[in-house]
Amino acid sequence: MNTPIRRIGFVLAILMVALIVNLTIIQVFMARDYRDRPGNQRNLLAEYDRERGPILVGNEPAARSVETGNTLRYQREYSDGPLFAPVTGFYSLVYGATGLERTENNILTGKSDLFFVDRIQQLFAGRRRTGGAVTTTINAAAQAAAFKGLGSKVGAVVAIEPATGRILASVQSPSFDPNRLTNHDPASIREYYNALRDDPTKPLLNRPIVALNPPGSTFKLVTTAAALASGQYTPDSILPGPRAYTLPNTSTKLHNWNGKACGTNGQVTLREALALSCNTAFAWLGVQLGDDALRAQAQKMGFDTAFEIPLRAARSMYPENPDVPQTALTAIGQYDVRATAMQMAMVGAAIGNGGVTMKPYLVQEVRGQDLAILKTTQPEAFATAMTAADAATETEMMVNVVENGTGSNARIPGVRVAGKTGTAQTGNDRPSVAWFVSFAPAKNPKVAVAVMIEDAGVAEISGNALAAPIAKSVMKAVLR
Amino acid sequence: MSIPAVRQPTRRGVELILLVFAWLIGVLGVLQIGWATGEGTTTRLWITIGVVGALALAMHITVRFTAPYADPIMLPVTTLLTILGLVMIYRIDVSAAQRATRNNAPLPTPDVYAQLTWFAIAVVLFIAVLVIVRDHRRLQRYTYTFGLIGIILLVLPLAPVVGTTVNGATLWVRMFGLSFQPGELAKILLTIFFAGYLVVKRDSLALVRTKFLGLGFPRPKDLGPLLIAWLISLAVLVFENDLGTSMLFFGLFVSMLYIATQRRSWLVLGGALFVIGAILSYMFFGHVRLRVEIWLDPWTYAQDSGYQIVQSLFGFANGGLLGAGLGQGFPNLVPFANTDFIVAALGEEIGLTGLIAMLLMYGILIERGLRAAISVRDSFGKLLAAGLSITLALQVFVIIGGVTKLIPLTGLTTPFLSYGGSSLIANFIIIGLLLRISDRARRPDVTAPSVDEALTQVVRRP
Repeated sequence: MNTPIRRIGFVLAILMVALIVNLTIIQVFMARDYRDRPGNQRNLLAEYDRERGPILVGNEPAARSVETGNTLRYQREYSDGPLFAPVTGFYSLVYGATGLERTENNILTGKSDLFFVDRIQQLFAGRRRTGGAVTTTINAAAQAAAFKGLGSKVGAVVAIEPATGRILASVQSPSFDPNRLTNHDPASIREYYNALRDDPTKPLLNRPIVALNPPGSTFKLVTTAAALASGQYTPDSILPGPRAYTLPNTSTKLHNWNGKACGTNGQVTLREALALSCNTAFAWLGVQLGDDALRAQAQKMGFDTAFEIPLRAARSMYPENPDVPQTALTAIGQYDVRATAMQMAMVGAAIGNGGVTMKPYLVQEVRGQDLAILKTTQPEAFATAMTAADAATETEMMVNVVENGTGSNARIPGVRVAGKTGTAQTGNDRPSVAWFVSFAPAKNPKVAVAVMIEDAGVAEISGNALAAPIAKSVMKAVLR
Repeated sequence: MSIPAVRQPTRRGVELILLVFAWLIGVLGVLQIGWATGEGTTTRLWITIGVVGALALAMHITVRFTAPYADPIMLPVTTLLTILGLVMIYRIDVSAAQRATRNNAPLPTPDVYAQLTWFAIAVVLFIAVLVIVRDHRRLQRYTYTFGLIGIILLVLPLAPVVGTTVNGATLWVRMFGLSFQPGELAKILLTIFFAGYLVVKRDSLALVRTKFLGLGFPRPKDLGPLLIAWLISLAVLVFENDLGTSMLFFGLFVSMLYIATQRRSWLVLGGALFVIGAILSYMFFGHVRLRVEIWLDPWTYAQDSGYQIVQSLFGFANGGLLGAGLGQGFPNLVPFANTDFIVAALGEEIGLTGLIAMLLMYGILIERGLRAAISVRDSFGKLLAAGLSITLALQVFVIIGGVTKLIPLTGLTTPFLSYGGSSLIANFIIIGLLLRISDRARRPDVTAPSVDEALTQVVRRP
């Protein structure tokens, strides 16, 4: 009887092997496919079962995980949702994640290699994995001041520390409440999301770093820098500033915003032209400098580069192949030149920082579970946009704008503020975009701000009227 | 001058050391779960751990005194599997309790302590088997009595009053407030019956009447027993709705018939009858057809009848190669995680690596059982040991194959691992019997050397 027993044993061994092979197929080869199948709650549960690390502004969490007492154990809570929404983004059951919630996911979940040592300890202790903390560069006071200043206007504010590139404020209006996208009720999430999506003012757009608008007269800062760099112009150089300037090779006439000539007899110094925001003088200057010089200057200040801060910012654009009249328009920030609020803040910051453009960044530190610092972002220069001397010269010109020119609303008692207004036309019947770019104090500035308001009126003064007061309050908040 | 008898080593020391290892693995498992879930350990848990150790020791001592030459590997492997089951049942208890706490629901009764009680009862019966059955051959005397009781137990769930249907299958008997599955015990009794019956009848069953395709086929009048076994299996399927038990019985009978007669024709006939039965039940029984359809495409039924198997596959997938780690998966997402689907729960937390180790333990257990069958000298013992090993093997294959979608899912408990008293008790009785047979197989001849022999020198040939 032993032979049949052996044969049966052989058959049983084959059955065992079949089980092992089948298990290997399921657990190794098909595992990924099964994990991603609809109806598999495990990914979700695993993510919501761990305590996700907080996103900190200063020492206060802007986003943190709280226990729910439900099947999905943790829920994301935003302490001041609309205020920090452009920074934190949201972490939604239905729509995935945006903002730092998305870019820093590996840190917040604790998956990043930075946590290697932590993980080893957890492995031996059998402890649960919890996420690390992300400390932002945001200055809570500046952020709040910008948010309050924007109020119900449609626009964005970005503040940067010129010496480092740290983003001190990134604010948008209208904003949204990430709490309403991160609760655990898919129906209400969808309802809210659809309402946001259909809103013509686009609250879900990360306006400070994504909305591209013509920078208008604030681009004259770039043109001025190019003029100083050319070596042929000083603040005292005399430029023609007539009432109207006929664009070369065309019959199109370009007017000044107030319909008047600049300076005396249509003659104006470069310093005065900037202070008065003289369109005809800068259009002429742009033509003299040429497309290549303007482009090179713009690119050294960050145009044509898509920065990852680590949120992906839109690429601000210098026009690709402008002809001469288009170059003239570009020089005053019209035609096809487009910039984000962050880009214009970088322009201000570069001038304030002695001509060195710093890479902007939003993440200051990554901390482990025990709050030990695992990684600190080091400031990094992006390009040298100007010589230190030219930067100092332009700074003085900008101070003049605030003290004697169009930027009067940005004055802060006891502080020398450098600034530049702007109003850009986006179309014939469309409201113009009001801008204000500034930094303070003029020497060794602590903060550079760009304010952009999309639904401004039509007058050049709107830059000073609408945007400058917001820039002022942000600067005051940082300097205090 | 007396010659020292050549002492066959009993290897009981090996058994003890392996048992301690098995126990330590369980302790580590409990500690890991305590850490990973943040629940820590309780006094009650430490008492449980102590009791498990004491029960293992009790079994070891019994074997030492009543079956000293028994296989030293089987008991530790069985104990380790049981301990792994207890650890996982505890793990699932923790998960259920934590969920209840979060939902502010009343705490569910933990199953691990009930399972510990069943383990204790199983150990008592295991000891009883080894103490009472001093020679397995004596079981042969009661062949027909066991057969009759086996059949009665098999159909008992159908009886009015005591029979109960749980989750669609009529497997349960409820008496005196206790419920158990008599099919589990019937499995053993019928194996003894098959062994006793086939030992007697094997000569006639092996007679060849006609040859066909090179195989000798039996006389038609000898087909009776096979047909009866087939009909009973079908009856279990039809009336008790229990596909697993049905397949197990038929597979067991056909294999034992083959071993007894050494005629492959029985396998062919049995296989043919199985196919006919399978086709008939697919055609006539909706629940069988549904099982097959779910097996072929569980995703279509993911929200209703295929929910269990789909969740089970998700669990396995989440475990991957190394597993989520004890206490770190989501075993409560799979329904019946501590009974039919305990392998899915284990697969999620100990991964493929752990499951392969576990399957190899089953493999070792079955191989040791078959080895006892081969080395024991009497035919009844051979058939019984082989039959009991095959029972274990088929059960492991049918249930694990089912939850991993290798074959259609049928409700069977995973031996030693699943929560449930009847199964644990029955499987420990099986191990008791296998140890008894292996003791007999490995024991040196115990007849005392006669005076003549004592005086006779054994001289090595030059």
